[in-house]
Amino acid sequence: MAYRLIGNDFTPPDIEAKVTGSAKYAEDFRADGMVHVKVFGSPMPHAKVKSIDADEAMKIPGFVALLLPDEVKQPDVTGFPILTSEPKYHGQPIVAVAAETEQAAADTVAALKVDLEMLPFVVDPLDSLRQGGANALEGGNVSGRGVDFQELKWTGKDFAAAAENELPRGAAPIEWSFGDIDAGFAEAAVIVEDSFVHATNSHHAMEPRSAAAFWENGKCHVWGSTQSTSFAQPGLARMIGIELKDLVFVAEYCGGGFGGKATSYPLMALPALMSKKLGGRPCHLRVSRFEEYANGMARSGFQGWTRLGFASDGRITAADIFVVQDLGPTTGFPDFNNVGNAFSVVFQPPNMRFRAVPVLTNTVPKGPQRGPGENQTANMFEPLIDKAARELGIDRIAMREVNAPGNGGVGAKIGAKQGPLTSAFLKEALTQGAETFGWAERSANSGMRKGPKARGYGVASAYHSAGSSGFDGLVRITPDGTLHVHTGVGNLGTYSYGSTSRVAAEVLGYDWDHVVIERGGTARHIPFNLGQFGSNTSFTMARTNYVAAMDAKAKLLEIAASSHGGDPDDYDISDERIVRKSDMGVVMTFAEAAQMAVDMGDKYAGHVLPDDIHEMTRTSAMAIAGTGLVGVAKDTLPKDGTAPALTASFVEVDVDVETGSVEILDFLTVSDCGIVNHPTGLAAQSRGGAVMGFGLALTERHIYDPAYGIPNAASFYHGKPLSYLDVPLNTQWGAVNQPDPQNPMGIRGVGEPLQGSASAALLCAISDALGGHLFNRIPVVTDMIVNAAAGQPQSHKPLATNTV
Amino acid sequence: MDASGPYDPTLDYPEGPAIAEIAGGGDIKPWRPLHVTRRNFLRGVVCSGIVIGGSSYLFSAATPARADARGVERMMSLTVNGKTRHVDVAPNETLGYTVRYRLGLTGTKIGCNQAECGACTVMADGRTIYSCSTLTHRMRGKDIVTVEGIAAADGTLHPVQQAFIDELAPQCGFCTPGQVVAGVALLNANPNPTEEEARVAMSGNLCRCGAYEHYLRGVMKAAREV
Ligand code: FES
Ligand code: FES
Repeated sequence: MAYRLIGNDFTPPDIEAKVTGSAKYAEDFRADGMVHVKVFGSPMPHAKVKSIDADEAMKIPGFVALLLPDEVKQPDVTGFPILTSEPKYHGQPIVAVAAETEQAAADTVAALKVDLEMLPFVVDPLDSLRQGGANALEGGNVSGRGVDFQELKWTGKDFAAAAENELPRGAAPIEWSFGDIDAGFAEAAVIVEDSFVHATNSHHAMEPRSAAAFWENGKCHVWGSTQSTSFAQPGLARMIGIELKDLVFVAEYCGGGFGGKATSYPLMALPALMSKKLGGRPCHLRVSRFEEYANGMARSGFQGWTRLGFASDGRITAADIFVVQDLGPTTGFPDFNNVGNAFSVVFQPPNMRFRAVPVLTNTVPKGPQRGPGENQTANMFEPLIDKAARELGIDRIAMREVNAPGNGGVGAKIGAKQGPLTSAFLKEALTQGAETFGWAERSANSGMRKGPKARGYGVASAYHSAGSSGFDGLVRITPDGTLHVHTGVGNLGTYSYGSTSRVAAEVLGYDWDHVVIERGGTARHIPFNLGQFGSNTSFTMARTNYVAAMDAKAKLLEIAASSHGGDPDDYDISDERIVRKSDMGVVMTFAEAAQMAVDMGDKYAGHVLPDDIHEMTRTSAMAIAGTGLVGVAKDTLPKDGTAPALTASFVEVDVDVETGSVEILDFLTVSDCGIVNHPTGLAAQSRGGAVMGFGLALTERHIYDPAYGIPNAASFYHGKPLSYLDVPLNTQWGAVNQPDPQNPMGIRGVGEPLQGSASAALLCAISDALGGHLFNRIPVVTDMIVNAAAGQPQSHKPLATNTV
Repeated sequence: MDASGPYDPTLDYPEGPAIAEIAGGGDIKPWRPLHVTRRNFLRGVVCSGIVIGGSSYLFSAATPARADARGVERMMSLTVNGKTRHVDVAPNETLGYTVRYRLGLTGTKIGCNQAECGACTVMADGRTIYSCSTLTHRMRGKDIVTVEGIAAADGTLHPVQQAFIDELAPQCGFCTPGQVVAGVALLNANPNPTEEEARVAMSGNLCRCGAYEHYLRGVMKAAREV
């Protein structure tokens, strides 16, 4: 079916404000009588507060208030507190202060005397697993989603059993398997066995997580920076200690999140709690770059080991995977689950065992970062696929094609339970990409030398789950004929709040100029939507907007039938009018129907609502009831299996073996993301994801000083995101553009894999330039390249984290 | 493990932060607006630093505090976007702070406050500067242009702004004001840059969303039009 809107570009309504500077981010909030909030962050990686002496601090001119840890809600031991008296990482907020000016707030913080007792700390997960190794938290060192908080120490024998560069493998709280790995290895022609390290890295969102808040008439107003306007609210309300209905939330813009602002987070609640203490006075928290670095979450690192078996045609026969996740000091994010799932999707092994140990460390709290677990998987495993291809003498594209899920996902499976995928065309993406990139001709230049420069080529794939169901849609046609699409999707910069809103317009046959998107906060009466994360928005909210628009359509036809007789089935819609099917005669315009809906009231105007919608949607629908024809519904469309986002990337590099510098000459990513809804949006994400991926492969990492537990790479400069000068700026992108059968419009999103396949392809290209040298460590920094090229040993210890 | 497929993202991302449930709370007391004197209000100046306070205990060099801003403010006149404004400015106050917090021009963004990112880029006498790392008092007599001063008075967008929209260059948009100012300053100085010249001219502006190619296309497109 040909669409009018889907598949075509549009100008997102918020973009002009971005180029003129009128877009308001959380830190742009100002109010009369506003006080400035600052926090005292822990100078130690793990400590207990013995006393807080604020005598001098309270004498600072302009001082207004202190907020102490016992004045705010406290989570369980592995939770992420707003303020704490047992800081578990350097920079963790202990006390918040409010003052009339920002300077006075800083002076107050400086005058606080916080007496701390240092506690044992650990920054390398393997150190914590040793007998006698420190625990990051009192009472334990292992936690994670679905894993009980516990102390886990491996035996000396566990450590001794590992060879010099091999990951020791003791008890693991996570273990699952399918098939028969012994049989799989027995039939393998080639077995690859390696250990590897993936660094943690900062999200580096350009906007720090500033926030502001005030209370008025019993309602708490918060300006926050989040990827998810609806989905962030329940957690924020809980942290503040209020009912959802008492939260007025404004989040029109988000200056970058990449998972780090996926939902709400403790600092977002802080101004609201300070304001509560001050009887509602407006409070403004400006978060500095260092505070963002310390509290803004990070991607989890891994230490891992694997054994992979391959048949002579390149097909994987067995995979045995063991990973240790650096969880940070809280429950963190279940990246570990995603490693097993991602590997199982991208390579479809018939036999697999997966083990994981999420280990707590006294480092920056970890949260989801673009492809959390999945993108580390690509980086850790794709170079090993190349190693097997070399040993088998198989082309690296063919090696991946033979394993990739394709042909619509027939027979493709995911994870421990080997559940189905909604559809998959990764194999086709590889084939299409190789063709577009000219892989066969270009890769003949592998290893070509020009002075100190060696040419290399890489290909890699990545996956992320890409869709959910069960959320709500809310649309409204006002008596002026305008369609209002209410959306709780955030404004991360993907413009999927807009592209998914176009689904409602498409269903109702609207001219895009007659559509208004209502977004950015509770005042716009938004439905409960899933957040803008996890590559899911396109799939999930295409469905919610579809069901809401279908509800509106049904109501339009019912209104026609009630006023002009006959059955709703006798009518159809066309050009924003209701027509009689028999002769296509116009019965009434949408504007007239909307006025009739207002007059009829009941469900037509939103006075009577479905039972199954979320509390947030109900509140919003009630607020707009009576203002037009209201379409509202929960997405109960069938969904069986996991919707995957899949990508294949191709990279060409020159590696300077004397300086270690890597020049990325060209890259291409081809996506399997269903029907492409917003082509330029996909282009922008394909390129932007790659830029971020190249940084992940080359420069970005956290480094903690093992002696003091202090971050040594706490700035852009030290964990450098790439710049205009580091990436090629004339690149192509592509998509297989095959519909996903479980989305009414065939749409599926893609966000995270665009980073993972690009970074992994770059790692493979560097290895290729160096004749297949495997680093098994991410990022590959310049001195690693120089050492490898010169045949010198690397300066880091095997499996060590926090290396420079 | 239940979470090991087939699953959907809501399993990974529960409502709210991925933290254990938080318990406990407090009451709300009524608030009357406190009297804020003009003098107190104007004392708000640039400062940052999270661990300043604890630094005397251990690990004292963890975070360098910004220079003390408690100097006496002095009135100065500042020309911003063609208008002369009189403002009280502290001795070590940065231009980024002055435009954002005293003049209400929040289009200029502070991404790092330490000359690393370019989000705070403005023009001074036509040259781009990092306003986060420029003292306001040194801007006496200079012609400052922020992102708010780029479009025409009637709201017509500058070709660079329009081209950024056409190329869907902004993603999150936080670096965009800096990219706009850098692009405009480039074309003012060099209306026909090569791609390489444009790339170098823009290279002081980081974009974490990685939209460089789209911004560069925008600059080149605008160059064809100005
Ligand atoms: S805010 Fe000025 S360079 Fe980053
Ligand atoms: S658009 Fe987000 S940082 Fe540039």
